[in-house]
Amino acid sequence: MHLSGTEESVSKVAPATPPRREPHGGLRVALQATFKRDLTLLMRRRGEVFNPLVFFALVITLFPIGISPDPELLSTIAPGLLWVAALLAALLSLDSLFRGDYDDGSLEQLLLSPQPLAALALAKVAVHWLVTGLPLALMAPVLGIMLSLPAGSYLVLSLSLALGSASLSLIGAIGAALTVGLSRGGVLLSLLVLPLYIPVLIFGAGAVQAAILGDGITAHLAILGALLAVALIFAPWAIAASLRISING
Amino acid sequence: MWAFIHKLGSPKWFYAISARLLPWFWVAAALLIAVGSIWGLAFAPADYQQGNSFRIIYVHVPAAFLAQSIFVAMAVSGLIFMVWKIKIADMAAAMMAPLGAAMTFIALFSGAVWGVPTWGTWWMWDARLTSMLILLFLYVGVIALRGAFSSRDSASRAASVLAMVGVINIPIIKYSVDWWYTLHQPATFSVTSRPTMPMEMWLPLLIMVLGFYCFFIALTLTRTRSEILRRESTKRWVRELAGEER
Amino acid sequence: MAFSSLNDFLAMGGHAPYVWSAWAMTLLLLLGSVWHARHERRQLIRQLQRRGRRERHHAAQGRATDSRSRAGDIDET
Repeated sequence: MHLSGTEESVSKVAPATPPRREPHGGLRVALQATFKRDLTLLMRRRGEVFNPLVFFALVITLFPIGISPDPELLSTIAPGLLWVAALLAALLSLDSLFRGDYDDGSLEQLLLSPQPLAALALAKVAVHWLVTGLPLALMAPVLGIMLSLPAGSYLVLSLSLALGSASLSLIGAIGAALTVGLSRGGVLLSLLVLPLYIPVLIFGAGAVQAAILGDGITAHLAILGALLAVALIFAPWAIAASLRISING
Repeated sequence: MWAFIHKLGSPKWFYAISARLLPWFWVAAALLIAVGSIWGLAFAPADYQQGNSFRIIYVHVPAAFLAQSIFVAMAVSGLIFMVWKIKIADMAAAMMAPLGAAMTFIALFSGAVWGVPTWGTWWMWDARLTSMLILLFLYVGVIALRGAFSSRDSASRAASVLAMVGVINIPIIKYSVDWWYTLHQPATFSVTSRPTMPMEMWLPLLIMVLGFYCFFIALTLTRTRSEILRRESTKRWVRELAGEER
Repeated sequence: MAFSSLNDFLAMGGHAPYVWSAWAMTLLLLLGSVWHARHERRQLIRQLQRRGRRERHHAAQGRATDSRSRAGDIDET
């Protein structure tokens, strides 16, 4: 018998019972199930996971070609370039955050679930970050070498990207939820989300630049953390409201 | 009091009462802007550092104020619409957005033009102009999102959500951009952070700001009235009204 | 008066292109907004009037030919 991803994961967490029995555990079970399902589905489409990373590398490659290969010049603009390219790569992967579920109807099912939609959306965004933002953060130092990023800033680069990309996933998910029902929603998504990304960009790239100059980075990272906290508080509700609008439209 | 607010939500009643308020706001706007302009252009003293290009402040600052206020008004209207389902709020929000974008553009244009005699360049990535530019993108986003939905109700709700998300971000963006700018530029001369402006300089400015606000209210009321006619076109009172108009 | 003559006023101490272009753009957009709002309303009224006339016309026609079915008349809202 072929179970859908959700049913499979739910039946794994709940004790073996005859079918049609309500799985107990409520919210926690639902969150775990959503998380596992999204992760499983994404793992089955490995290509999708690698695309943003390849995009990241490509964009970084474009800049020396388009500007100049001079290492000194590159090293001065490297922090910003790395952050902007990572930001764009994360943006690219947002369009598919809800689209698959929207197209096959699972999103509507999610809306009908008794669990708070905001929490379930948070689980989906967490998967997105784990599979997009975190790899980008881990890959960035390699590309930093290619851009002659000065020493002493590589750890901060990864740290700021890991922290910042979580906010980017949350904020971007709002845009993704608003545009998932639209036919050419992709470009509109970028237009909506990029202005909202700017504070994260400022403090993320700022952290790397501060590390290069030998200034303190705690302030930048603290603010990135604060932005993440604000996003964690407000975004899930905005995402849920937006999903309802898109489904009911 | 609540009865009054409840009545305000009725399109027909709103249409009637706005008809009485409208002329006052137009007159106030025209008067204030005219007086403020003449005062600012011809009578206010020139700035000792910037000379007469300083007079651009009399359109730049009011436009900038309005640009931000209109976004807030739009977000508040969106909130009222989402929470209390008052359609007028959504109509007003839809009609305000283009004016808000226009104000932002005026602020950007005048700010950029001002930069030529002041800094010698057509564009300067200073904190205010950069924040204004981002605000323009936010406006464009809300307008584009509203236009992308085929169902009016979805469009209204989506635009409301985005406006609310945007308005929360505006202070965050302002703070970030201010911080970013001071980090990358030494403390250069900034437009309004001057020690104290003498009264002969800020009084016309205040008048212009008030005039712009009256203009905003007058224009939004006018356009909201048109939007009411558009959305309620099947109702009898609208048909009768159209029959009477020339 | 901050200026001694009309020419001085127009010249704005050498800053004329900047001050006047900023003001011109402002005026253009403000007046343009007013014109647009008025135009929008005029168009709307005209549309509603045309539709009103059409409806009365159809209603009159319908009364004149009473036996005819008017089930599909979309103007009858």
